Amino acid sequence: MKGKPLASIVSAGLSKFGKLEGRYSREIFLEAAREAFDSCSNLDPKRDVKALFVGQMSESFEHQGHVAPSLSDWIGLLPIPATRIEAACASSGAALRCAIFAIMSGIHDVVAVGGVEKMTHRATSDVTEYLAMASDFPMEQWHGITFPAIFGLMATAHMHKYGTTEEQMAMVAVKNHYHGCLNPKAQIQTEITVKQVMESRPVAWPLKLFDCSLISDGASCLVITRPNIARRFTDTPVDIVGTGQASDTIGLYERDDITFMQVARSAAKQAYKMSDKTPRRVDVAEVHDCFTIAEIIAYEDLGFCAPGEGGKLIEKGETQLGGRIPVNTSGGLKAKGHPVGATGTAQACEIYLQLTGQAGRRQVEDASTGLTHNIGGSGATGVVHIYQRRD
Amino acid sequence: MFTSIRGEIDMDSESPPTLESFYQFCTQKKLMAARCKSCGAILVPPRALCPKCNSADMHWTELKGTGRLLTYSVVHVAPSAFQPSVPYAVGIVLLDEGTRLPGMVQVEPGDLRIGLRLKVAFESPQSDKWPSWARYFFVKANPLGRLKV
Repeated sequence: MKGKPLASIVSAGLSKFGKLEGRYSREIFLEAAREAFDSCSNLDPKRDVKALFVGQMSESFEHQGHVAPSLSDWIGLLPIPATRIEAACASSGAALRCAIFAIMSGIHDVVAVGGVEKMTHRATSDVTEYLAMASDFPMEQWHGITFPAIFGLMATAHMHKYGTTEEQMAMVAVKNHYHGCLNPKAQIQTEITVKQVMESRPVAWPLKLFDCSLISDGASCLVITRPNIARRFTDTPVDIVGTGQASDTIGLYERDDITFMQVARSAAKQAYKMSDKTPRRVDVAEVHDCFTIAEIIAYEDLGFCAPGEGGKLIEKGETQLGGRIPVNTSGGLKAKGHPVGATGTAQACEIYLQLTGQAGRRQVEDASTGLTHNIGGSGATGVVHIYQRRD
Repeated sequence: MFTSIRGEIDMDSESPPTLESFYQFCTQKKLMAARCKSCGAILVPPRALCPKCNSADMHWTELKGTGRLLTYSVVHVAPSAFQPSVPYAVGIVLLDEGTRLPGMVQVEPGDLRIGLRLKVAFESPQSDKWPSWARYFFVKANPLGRLKV
């Protein structure tokens, strides 16, 4: 299996990310699915797509459970099997892995996989409460430990152990806002400065408002196929050549060291081994920057730098467009937006665009290998995928 | 007796190794942990199965409730139930018995630092509805109190 394609992406679609007022999640998912279906002229969704996997985190936002059949219905795919996968903010990363397994099992030749979340119609205090459900209720939420506070605890520990600074964290936000300006789908398309981040109001010290990803509405959708039939649908398929996933304690406090995420290290190790790649071979990556500190930790966990060197990596500009390893060219969760259930497959959409040369003003020159890193909760779930352009 | 999949363990039916039991003890102002008889692991909250050695041979042990601050954050945006309390500090505390416990840290923000000596204190249960759990929290340890232990 080493280095062999597991499944191939033949099409990708993304809704606009942002505040999509007056729209229900299934209507937003249709926007993403239509872009994926309509941009693939040889695909007849009703004839070809045999299963749907969707990531969505919370029923609470729209008071709506059992979303998979309704999403399938809205995009015209009844009666194929439709299944929702929940892994907090890694829901659609985990859904993608399930879709790959569906292809690899030989049961289905073509499947659709995506994710959606509608969040902005809710008060910030409600959103805070729903997102906190990804952490431990009895020992964390019950004691007022919010989701930003979970990452605040990690940031304090990382700063103490490695000397990472608030300014270095701010640089992640500045970079991702710059990248977001080059992505017409991004929720925020304005640049910010380190000073603005540092002076933004505190959310969970040391994290400030501009250290946090956005509250967003949005959806993403991919069509994936068995590798040997991918060329029926497109001349430029992108092969998924590695997948990894791991789990850890739901409570952050139960882990011996909170300056890294064991799930990310483990998932990355699996995916690198399966794809026969090393971190040095990655040309472009989308990582889970739910908070700026999370992107710094991701650099280290994925092997883009040594543990503790993440702050220096952003400071040297190596992860911005034109750098050694551009990270979050889409703008990331920070500027593109973070409709939580949609994020995993939205990351894959960006890598698909990069590896097929369709990323416009944010195109990484001659990108041939890509990686996505999708985290659920405080790192209780981690999913990593590696992608290869087909030449 | 509480019966697990691996047979009887040394915890009575009145207080099985559950979250409910843990918080019942908090109502009595006691910080109780399950101690694995097989490997000695101290588990807060308690579990019926040791995550370190897979043994189900547990008994209760009362913790001193003292420790030092491993990491912290100061919450400024909270769910509505906690919004009246902002800003408040939360942290993870390494208890002297070697296990970790998260919670609110009722210390002036300017005094927060990693390594700060803390001790546990308890609230009374606030509600009759589930979850009617008595919250514990942390305050600065009294150095004289520490000498008595």
